[in-house]
Amino acid sequence: MKILVPVKRVVDYNVKIRVKPDGSGVELANIKMAMNPFDEIAVEEALRLKEAGKATEVIAVSVGPAKTEETIRTALAMGADRGIWVKTEDAAVEPLAVAKLLKAIVVQEGPGLVILGKQAIDDDCNQTGQMLAALLAWPQATFASKVTIEGETATVIREIDGGLQTLALALPAILTTDLRLNEPRYASLPNIMKAKKKPIAETTAADLGVDIAPRLEVLKTVEPGGRSAGVKVASVAELVDKLKNEAGVI
Amino acid sequence: MATLLFAEHDDAHLNPVTARALTAALALGAPVTVAVVGANARPAAEAAARLEGVAEVLLIDAPAYAHRLAEPVAALGVALAADYDALVAPSTAVWKSVLPRIAALIDVMQVSDVTAVVAPDTFERPIYAGNAIQTVRASGKKVLTIRTAGFAAAGEGGAAPIREAAAAGEAKGATFVSEEIAQMARPELTAARVIVSGGRALGSAENFHSVVEPLADVLGAAVGASRAAVDAGYAPNDWQVGQTGKVVAPELYVALGISGAIQHLAGMKDSKVIVAVNKDEEAPIFQVADYGLVGDLFQVVPELTAEIAKVKSNS
Ligand SMILES: Cc1cc2nc3c(=O)[nH]c(=O)nc-3n(C[C@H](O)[C@H](O)[C@H](O)COP(=O)(O)OP(=O)(O)OC[C@H]3O[C@@H](n4cnc5c(N)ncnc54)[C@H](O)[C@@H]3O)c2cc1C
Ligand SMILES: Nc1ncnc2c1ncn2[C@@H]1O[C@H](COP(=O)(O)O)[C@@H](O)[C@H]1O
Repeated sequence: MKILVPVKRVVDYNVKIRVKPDGSGVELANIKMAMNPFDEIAVEEALRLKEAGKATEVIAVSVGPAKTEETIRTALAMGADRGIWVKTEDAAVEPLAVAKLLKAIVVQEGPGLVILGKQAIDDDCNQTGQMLAALLAWPQATFASKVTIEGETATVIREIDGGLQTLALALPAILTTDLRLNEPRYASLPNIMKAKKKPIAETTAADLGVDIAPRLEVLKTVEPGGRSAGVKVASVAELVDKLKNEAGVI
Repeated sequence: MATLLFAEHDDAHLNPVTARALTAALALGAPVTVAVVGANARPAAEAAARLEGVAEVLLIDAPAYAHRLAEPVAALGVALAADYDALVAPSTAVWKSVLPRIAALIDVMQVSDVTAVVAPDTFERPIYAGNAIQTVRASGKKVLTIRTAGFAAAGEGGAAPIREAAAAGEAKGATFVSEEIAQMARPELTAARVIVSGGRALGSAENFHSVVEPLADVLGAAVGASRAAVDAGYAPNDWQVGQTGKVVAPELYVALGISGAIQHLAGMKDSKVIVAVNKDEEAPIFQVADYGLVGDLFQVVPELTAEIAKVKSNS
């Protein structure tokens, strides 16, 4: 069984982003980029399934402009076998379009499992995996925190409101990762060297026959309404007094 | 045309986030039908019918919809979609899983986590963990999930008609195995007026129980946690507040031993009043706190609990 892992190149989660003053978007020039943290978890899970003999090949795929191959290379350094890069002009490709591109690749590659992140930490959409599942008419388990594969079935524990839910999915299926599924490995130096020789196939939306023109029009992007630091209180008594008499919340 | 709002419920009860999502749905300006999809869900449908501003409740009741698995519910949503201009749902685990499936099948790009309705076709939504707010315009049919923390709940006192509709669409492949839902006497995080959250500093599940919970008890609060506390096993996963956990905006949010990473702030910085207790006076949480107390939480919190208990018993 092949496993396909879509990985997105995003602003590193440690970076405090800046909104452009003209409202046209977020400053991305010369900003540290990294693989979306949920996608690292997805790569790790795919590698563990391969190591456990449940999968034969792990393929990392990414949709994006120049330098996107660096993110695919990171997946290869973690241990993925090969990469596919869908080259685009723009970094902001909407989830619906990404899902259509991924569907075309799934049709070509025939994986038994696609593991995506539950959400990209730049657009915070939380859509792509579910959309891909719909387009393929495959079952899905979002927010996975434990995955077990036996034969043609994936048993998945999911993080839901109020607790945990267990689903059984008939393969092929779509999973999206939650934070506690696993702890991703770091790429070792030898593996980083080895990854340089692993193949990355390049394709485009046109090759795959997918229209990726955006559907939503972004009118503006602004800073959120700021919140300023309040006061430091010196004692519990002062705190309780302020909560009661100033803020009126107790 | 009209708006279809999917209700969040557990068949027996309507979840209060539904009333908040209704306020967003009504802001689109068209009559709102509330869809209650479930198995033995009439009680939830009756509660939905009492919400003010609802034109009609659509009850789709079938065994296939128990637990609201994404595949059958999305197939139903696609069948219903033709009659509505906008499909709306609260951003809960259920609807985050279902709505994008419907959107893809009707070839619409979803707008996730709407925080404001600017016009019937224009919405605000946070990106980058709430560090930027995007205004987007959607043409044609709309599919929206609503971040309910920012909307007031619609009132009660309505009496909308309940219409039963047939199940539609088939979907195979996923089967429900089991569920572990914590039974809690406390208010639910997303509906709570007061939240007390603990961070890594708590050090153990026992300390959550003996330090955080008594304070929550005197305040009648829900309990939340940082990711670090959840990862370490001090608190269950669905207590996590933040970019990738619950987004909350209570009247009072008390952060105990939480540093204030941007991913945590993303989930609570719209709270009305924020209190932080942290022994590091440079902790970023103080930059958003209305009232900061620098100190050891193990000393401060029991004192605070006792003080508040005193104030409450005097009033
Ligand atoms: C993709 C991604 C998503 C994430 N999503 C979330 C999310 O949804 N929610 C979330 O919370 N985090 C999230 N995080 C994690 C986030 O970056 C932080 O690591 C996390 O919030 C830190 O938790 P903390 O504040 O409890 O721990 P720490 O950062 O370790 O802070 C502990 C604090 O306790 C203080 N302290 C220690 N002892 C005491 C004492 N005795 N008394 C008082 N104060 C004390 C310390 O001064 C410190 O400030 C995410 C991270 C990533 C990469
Ligand atoms: N441009 C992209 N390239 C590869 N994978 C992507 C891309 N965009 C989204 N994904 C995948 O879809 C998941 C969810 O993204 P989103 O729906 O944008 O929140 C991510 O964690 C990735 O696994």
